[in-house]
Parts: sequence; C-alpha cells; structure tokens
Amino acid sequence: MNMKIKESKLLKIGLLVILVICTQLLTKITDTQFYLTQLTMSAYYALLVIGLTVVMGYAGQISLGHAGFFAIGGYLSAALTTHNLIALQAHPLVKGLGSVGMLVSGQDLYGEQLLVFAPWAACILAVLTAAGIAFVLGIPVLKLKGHYLAMATLGFGIIIFRIGLASEYFGEADGISEVPGLTLLPALGPLGSLSVSGDFGLRVENYYVAWGLLCVGLWLLLNLIDSRVGRALRAIHGSEEAAEAIGVDTARFKLNVFVLSAVYAAIAGVFLTHYNGGIGPSEASVMKSVRYVALVAVGGMANIWGTLIMGVGLTFLSLRGVFGSYDDAVFGSILILVMLFAPDGILSLNVKALFISKRTTDGH
Amino acid sequence: MLELKSVHKKFGGLQAVGDVSFSVPAGSIKAVIGPNGAGKTTLFNLIAGNLNLSSGKVIFQGREIQGLKPHQVAALGMARTFQNIKLFHGMTALESVMVGRHVRSRAGFIAGMFHSPATWKEEKEIRDKSMQLLELLGIAEFADTEATSLAFGQQRAVEMARALATEPKLLLLDEPAAGLNIYETAEVGRLITRIRDMGITVLLVEHDMSLVMDISDEIVVLSFGQKIAEDVPLSIQQNPEVIKIYLGEDEEEAVV
Amino acid sequence: MTSTLFLQYLFAGITYGFIYAIVAIGFNIIYNTTGIINFAQGEFVMLGGMISITLLQVVPLPVAIALAVLITMLLGALIEIVFIRWLDSPSVLRMIIITIGLSILIREVARHIWGESIRSLPYFVGNEITTITIGSVRISPQVFWVIGVCGVMVLGLSLFFKITPIGREMRACSSNRTAAILCGINTRNMVTLSFMLSAGIGALAGCVMSPITYTQYDSGTSLAVKGFTVAILGGLGNSMGAVAAGLLLGILEAYSVAVVPLAFQDAISITILLIILFVRPHGIFGSSAAARLKEF
Repeated sequence: MNMKIKESKLLKIGLLVILVICTQLLTKITDTQFYLTQLTMSAYYALLVIGLTVVMGYAGQISLGHAGFFAIGGYLSAALTTHNLIALQAHPLVKGLGSVGMLVSGQDLYGEQLLVFAPWAACILAVLTAAGIAFVLGIPVLKLKGHYLAMATLGFGIIIFRIGLASEYFGEADGISEVPGLTLLPALGPLGSLSVSGDFGLRVENYYVAWGLLCVGLWLLLNLIDSRVGRALRAIHGSEEAAEAIGVDTARFKLNVFVLSAVYAAIAGVFLTHYNGGIGPSEASVMKSVRYVALVAVGGMANIWGTLIMGVGLTFLSLRGVFGSYDDAVFGSILILVMLFAPDGILSLNVKALFISKRTTDGH
Repeated sequence: MLELKSVHKKFGGLQAVGDVSFSVPAGSIKAVIGPNGAGKTTLFNLIAGNLNLSSGKVIFQGREIQGLKPHQVAALGMARTFQNIKLFHGMTALESVMVGRHVRSRAGFIAGMFHSPATWKEEKEIRDKSMQLLELLGIAEFADTEATSLAFGQQRAVEMARALATEPKLLLLDEPAAGLNIYETAEVGRLITRIRDMGITVLLVEHDMSLVMDISDEIVVLSFGQKIAEDVPLSIQQNPEVIKIYLGEDEEEAVV
Repeated sequence: MTSTLFLQYLFAGITYGFIYAIVAIGFNIIYNTTGIINFAQGEFVMLGGMISITLLQVVPLPVAIALAVLITMLLGALIEIVFIRWLDSPSVLRMIIITIGLSILIREVARHIWGESIRSLPYFVGNEITTITIGSVRISPQVFWVIGVCGVMVLGLSLFFKITPIGREMRACSSNRTAAILCGINTRNMVTLSFMLSAGIGALAGCVMSPITYTQYDSGTSLAVKGFTVAILGGLGNSMGAVAAGLLLGILEAYSVAVVPLAFQDAISITILLIILFVRPHGIFGSSAAARLKEF
C-alpha cells in the first residue's frame, strides 16, 4: 500500500511534468507564447498557495497574512539589489560583504558607480529574513485559535503592507522597479547563463524555471504530508489535545510548518519579483492574502493537488484579465460559495461522493 | 510507577481536587471511582499535564512530572484515552494508530520532505507495529476506514490502540466502558487485563461498577475532590462511607 | 505640545474612539448571539455613509440618514438569512472565511456602484470651517454630533438589552443557547435581529462620521481591524469595556501623530492588538475565567 502511494505520487508528478512540457510545445506550435508569461507567474503564486495549504488544510491554522511573507521576500530582494551602497563603501560591514562576494559593482544608465547586493545573496537574505520573522511572529501568534489567529495574522499582513507603502526605502506607493535578473547558473561553455528575469528572450527558460521550482516544491510537500510529520500535522488539525496526549509537540510542529510555508511564500516572492523586474505594495495587500486563502479553500483545504490546480488555473485566468474589474469580487464569491456549499473544495465533490458510495456498498 | 503527593487544584475559588495522594504500583490495575463532579477527570488532566497543579507533586517513575507539557509526559511513557473520544477527523483507523508511534519515531521535517531511505525503514516499522495493534484489538479489518465513521465501540478501540502505540509504561483510561453495552464492557475488561499482562500499568476512571470490581487490583474513591477511601475492591464494597455517597447519589438520580 | 493642541488632539481622539467603540459593539452583538466574529462589520459603516450620500440627492439629510440606516439593517438581515441562517453548526474557520468573503463582496459591489472616489456627507451644522470655541480650543460641531449620537446609541443599546423583552431574549440567547431554545425563544430570529442591530448602529456611525472621516468603498477593512482591536481590548462581548477601550485607542492614536508618521497610524492599533492578543487575550477589562469558558 505504501509503495502504491509512492508510485502514484511519482506518476502524478511525472504526468504534471509532461503536461508542463506539452503546454510549452503547444504554445510554440500555435504561436501563442505570450501565454507563457502568465503561466510562469501562476506557477510562482501556486508555490505560495501549496505552502499555505499545508498550514491551513493539514495543520488547520488559518493565516490571513501570507501576502506579507511574499512581500518580505520580494521587497527585500528588490531593495537589496537596487539600492546603491556606494556611499557606504568605506563602512566595514559593506567592505566585509564585498570581500565575500555578496556585492556586485557596476554602472547605472547614467554612468554612475553602482554597488549593490548580488541577486543570489539578496535572495538568500530575503528568504532567511522571512523565515526569521515567521519564527518570531509564530511563537506568540500560533498560540491563538480561531478568530484571534485570523485577526492577528491579518494584522501582521496590514503592518507589512503599511511599511511597504510608507517607507521610502521600499519605494512607497510606486514600489521598486528595475530589479536585476537572478542568475541561477553562470554561463557554461556554449550554454548561456540561466537567470530569472523578464527578458523577452528568456521566456521559455523562465517558464521551465518556475514550473521546475513548483514541481520540486510540490514533491517535497507531498512527501512531507505522507510522513510522520504530516500525520502529526493532521492530528493537530483533528484535536490538539489528543495530539499532545500521544506526544506531539503541537506548538513546535505548528511553528515549523508556519515557517516552512513562509519560506515557500518568500521564495515565490523573490523569484516573481526578479521575473517581473519589480514589486509594488499591492503584492502585500490584505486582498492578496485573502485570495490565497480562497485558493486553498477552493482546492479543498487538505488537498495539495486540488490547490495546485485551482491555484494555477484561477491565477492564470485572473492574470489574463478574464475577470476584468470583477477580479476581487470573483475571489470573494468563490470564498463564500465554496464555504457554503462545498467546504471540502469543489474538486472533492464528485470524487468524494463516488468514494463514499463505494465504501458503503463494500460494507454490505 | 506513579505517585501522587497531596495534589491540589483550584479553579478560581473552587477546590476541584484537594489533597489527593495515592500511588499506583507497577503492573497493577488501579481504578478511580466517585460520583459525578468528584474531580476524576480533573485528576487525570492533572496527571497527564493538561492542567497545572495548584500544589502537590506527581511522580512518574521516580521523576517529578508536574509542570511538564502533555507531550513531554507522553514521551516519558504515559498515554491516555479521553472520556469523549477524540479521534482525528479525516484519518483512517490505521493512520490514527500510526500517529501514536510519533514519540517512538524520529523523522523530522527535512527527512519527511526528502523521504530519505532511513525513513522508509522507520515508516515500515510504524505501519507494521500499528497494524499489529489493530489486530490485537480486533479491528484490523477497519484499518483503511475513516476512524470517525466507525461504530462507537470500534472508535474506543482505535483510541486505545493509538494510546498503546506510544508504548506506554502507564495507561490512563478515562471511562473506557462509557457508552458500551454489557458485552462490549466485558470485552473491554478482558482487554484491560491483557494490557496489564503485557506489562503495562493501568489507571482508569470508570462509572461501571461491575467492570471496576472485576478487574481492578485497588480502588481509590473520590468525592468532592477528596480521597475518601483506598482499598481492594472487596473492602471498598463494604466501606460504609463509600456506600453512603453512592446510595446518596442513587437517591438524587431517582429524584431527577 | 501646547495645551490647545493637547485638547485638540484629545477631542479628535474621543471622536474616533466613539466610532471604534460602535464598530466594536457591532462585533459584540453578533458575537454574543452566534459566537461569530463578523469580518464584514466595517462594511456596514461604509454602506451607511455611501447610501446616505446617494439618497441625499433626492431627500433631505435626516431622511437620507434614516433611510440609509434602515436599508443597511435590511441588508444585514438579508446577509444573515441568505448566508448564515441555514448552516448547521459550521466550524469557526468556515465562518471566518464566509464573513471575509462577504466583506470583499460588499466592498466590490460598492466599488462598482460608487466608484473609487472619496465622498462625504455635508456637515450637519454649518460647514468645514464652522467651529465652536471652548476656551482656546476650536472644535467642529460635527465632533459633537459624533460623540452625541454614538453616546446615545451606547446608552440606548444598554437600555434595550436590559429593559425590553426582545433585548432580554437576545441576552438569554447569548448566555445559553440551548436553554433559550427550551424557553421557547426563537434563537434563529434573534441571530437575524443581531445582524440587523449591528448593521444599523454601524450604518448610523458611518453617517455621522462621514463629514469628518470621509467615506470610500474600502474604508471598512481598517475600521474592522480597529473595531476588533477595541472589542478584544474591552473584552469580547463587553459593551462598556468597548467604549472605554475605544476611547483609549482613539486618544492613543490621536497623540501618536506627534511621534509616528501618519502613514503608520494604522500600524499602531494593530501593534496594540497583537500585544493584547499575546498578553491578555481576554482583554484588559474582561475576566480571564469568562474567556476560558468560550471556545475558539
């Protein structure tokens, strides 16, 4: 049985990979490669959403602040790679960072000397910061339940949004633009370098980077929920008291999974920011956080594949502008309708009905 | 095995448990009985770490455990079941028991995410041991059924299997026969004796007198949070004070 | 800080404080009868303001306000009947998500009807430069309207809950639902009524505050967070606590302008909320024993 689960998991991921490749080939044949841009962005958002699924669906802890972690990743990486440190050149800390290769110098458009963080270093710092903030925030916040937890995480999200909107360092209402690409692999012989950027010529590469990242992230989470930790998380969702009674350190597990999902969100934020070449305060807005919760809900809460499909699908439609000015209204309606009529997600409706009827006939 | 030294618990001004001391010798079955509201479940919660003592000591295997969190107590080898069954929604019977292996296994977040070969062996072991327990409790055929959709008696069995999966030295059973018919109760009685014969000490809270008198080695009687008697079943049955509170309760019940 | 400025800030703080208190009491009324925190509470305030502004084009101000309150109350009832009433003991998570969805939906509908522009009712007396001078302090008469109307609402509500039979039935419903049902109280109607009531007081607050604070389609969210902060600070379900906490937060916010940039003003209430949640989740005026009895 265990082997069967493992095989079916790999099979499904394999199918996903084939689908990803076929989609790209299809856009090439039909000359609709412009779809790749939104597909790439959807993949990054879906990365955040599957991370949130583990927190909400499996461990049962609501978070209305995940756009905050996305923004911490994106904003920090953007700020570090664009803010000129040339004036602080002599500062020992800056010198130290330079000596370990974390800084790069160059020239801006006007020929000014430029000294900024190397994208890879900025990326790591941004993700670590998000993880650290999630850890510090999570210790008190995750002791809360229900409404209190929802409001506390919502409050955290608003604070991050306000900081982005009000600080000059993060570009206030305009956000940060002209963010350089994130080089993943340096140029090797005949192969060009691989970098995450909005460069038109790198569209296909970037599509594969995003979906590759999503597939790896998916595989790791599927493994996790099918392990000792995954069972413990589901136990916490079922009954914290009973989980404690059999030795699950509920506080630690909730905290760890919260940090893990924050890391997913921050990575998504970093990559998407480098891909888009910028980030604005709307990425940190409450509406974004609510949207992620909606995607988890519509995917079926404790269903990573469901949220993946819904996350990619709905985000893609939204990015294509299908919903027009009703975008937020669509997500609001989805939330209400799903919670009213299908709290286990719309994908589970049919599957579950089949499953249950089969089981009862088995019983007779 | 377990020793309580003048345990007190106050809720606001209300004394829920006052000055209760007794010990549970290794390898025995000890029962705590008493009328409703006598503080039996509170006492369990104090022992298992769900509530903090107002004063007193709880000593488990020579170690003071008051103030420890429930999961720490569980890791030391004390498992419990709940009066109102607490199973995990959405998990099969087998998975529910597998969670019980939590403290006896190690794979963490990283190992879980990468499914390293070392965890395969551990997973197999968890699965096998859990299956054995389901067989021991006679519910192996329901392994893949969602635990919360099982019949009441089977749910109790799953909960007990989950507790046993932690490999406890001491098992706390909170009204294991509640809601069961006389046949099922007798079955539970045989099961508890078998658990004791496996070398696990048992402390139970129970309403069903026939079960308690049948299987316990010793009985503690609580009334209004105070210990009023502690003896072997036969003497308890003849203890005038115990008879008084039980008859008193019966009278009240008759009036209601 | 001069004493004049000091008093000026104090009045501003009291004004906002009363508004927060009304939002918090709106939370409390629904929480008491259902155990739900209605995340769409701030939207009622926005609706009150918006509807009255629209109606003002055809009817005089008092009528516009009265109609706006009435319409918002009906909307509150409609929301309860359509989305809440028929759910059979839904989980807290489900209710949180539904009310959040409602708040977004109401906001988006408002955006499509009224657009994104900032609107306001005219000052009830005089105009924006009319002031009443008390000693050296000059205060807009609208401030007194806000304080007066909100004060009357608080008093009216506490009388309603203490004296009228319906108010008593609602209280019975909140303290023990099953017992209330056994006594023949229709708890479902009480829930509808609680939605109407909290929609109504929210809308009225939205009308009187509109000339000072303005009304925009999305002004509900931050009001909801602040109202919730106040509700928690005062102890969930405790209306007098909410008034005290509202004034405290309003005044604190007003004086913070001297220290913190305006853009971070929202962050202050949220920081307070987070600190309170961590340190005393049952509120500074609530009792811990009562909080423990409530399940979240």
